[in-house]
Amino acid sequence: MPIATASQTIGPYWHLLEDKSWADALRFGAEGERIAVSGRIVDGAGAPVADACVEIWQSDPPASDSFPGFARAATDKDGVFRLVTLKPGPVRGRGNATQAPHLAVAIFARGLLRHLVTRLYFAGEPLNETDPLLSFIAPDRRGTLIARPDGAGAWRLDIVLQGADETVFLDV
Amino acid sequence: MDTSDPVPFRPHVAGTQPPYDAPPYRSTGLRHPALPVVPLPHTVTETTGPRFSPAQFPAVADISVVDGRQAVGERIIVEGHVTDEDGRPVPHTMLEIWQANAAGRYAHPGDQHDAPLDGNFRGTGRVFTDAAGKYRFVSIKPGAYPWRNHPNAWRPNHIHFSLFGPGFASRLITQMYFPGDPLLALDPIYNCIPDAGARARLISHFDIGITQPEWALGYRFDIVLRGRGATPVQTPDEHEEAH
Ligand SMILES: [Fe+2]
Repeated sequence: MPIATASQTIGPYWHLLEDKSWADALRFGAEGERIAVSGRIVDGAGAPVADACVEIWQSDPPASDSFPGFARAATDKDGVFRLVTLKPGPVRGRGNATQAPHLAVAIFARGLLRHLVTRLYFAGEPLNETDPLLSFIAPDRRGTLIARPDGAGAWRLDIVLQGADETVFLDV
Repeated sequence: MDTSDPVPFRPHVAGTQPPYDAPPYRSTGLRHPALPVVPLPHTVTETTGPRFSPAQFPAVADISVVDGRQAVGERIIVEGHVTDEDGRPVPHTMLEIWQANAAGRYAHPGDQHDAPLDGNFRGTGRVFTDAAGKYRFVSIKPGAYPWRNHPNAWRPNHIHFSLFGPGFASRLITQMYFPGDPLLALDPIYNCIPDAGARARLISHFDIGITQPEWALGYRFDIVLRGRGATPVQTPDEHEEAH
């Protein structure tokens, strides 16, 4: 049987791929509740991760010709990424569960032989209380997945790759 | 309404993917999670993913030429199939590629290697697999380049690949290497993959059938994305317990 090809790091020169317009999932004219999502990524020494590629994916609202459901951005010299998309609604979980609104987040960088996967949830969503993943994670780490309001229509989630307050990363 | 759970991707075969913490590759030191990653049973968030069409994302399949002018170096054709772990073709899926020029220099402001840039080489392309999962692009053989991981460290010749496949959990970024490269044995990024077979599958094969007379050498590089559901020895009824 064939076995899945091994991952290798995206390296420091992946920006050759970068199209800055990809940071905005509304660039094809999607309509709905616009949100801006940003965050700062730091390493185990608290230093900004200035060469990362951050991607988001959401299955809601459903992707279409006007809405890719996907966006990609580079972190800047301060380790900050900025993305624009539509606010996701609840989506079905396994069994009869309902998942709280969330974005899937993938982080690629030099020093990551495989990408890191996490999720971004939204503070104040009543469904957060019963979300299967959030419920599974110890309360003292749950907050690392929950973005805070950061002005009108804006959300902020900082990401810690290693150490105190390390973000919960997912084995998918 | 469909009330069944989405079919998950299978877990990776042990040893066939690199670890997060790999001391020989120094940059992993402060960037790997120190805590265990949390297993997440796949939901629709993981089993679905973005779709890219050539209409919105035009293909750039010959990166050996810029504005009709040839890049310097050894012209190559890279061809292969993208399949899943069940051997099924992955049709109409996007591949992004990027690489150094023939002298081992990226057209990137961060690359300060003392080797010449080539105004006729940008080093980035995008292709799609056809209905049978086959892709093909034309480029220049990338040069080796030094890096600062350890004294006298050089990356083997390589081309970076990015694929999405059918779901966000099938996302893959990898590197294609060239056969016979003496730097492979010394490269921490390559050697951090524990399984020797998995490492070897990142090396392309010279292929005289892909090679075009009087024009370009051909290399074959097949890519396998994760399969779905239970391993094939199980019956379809056991899919739900697979992840
Ligand atoms: Fe590279």
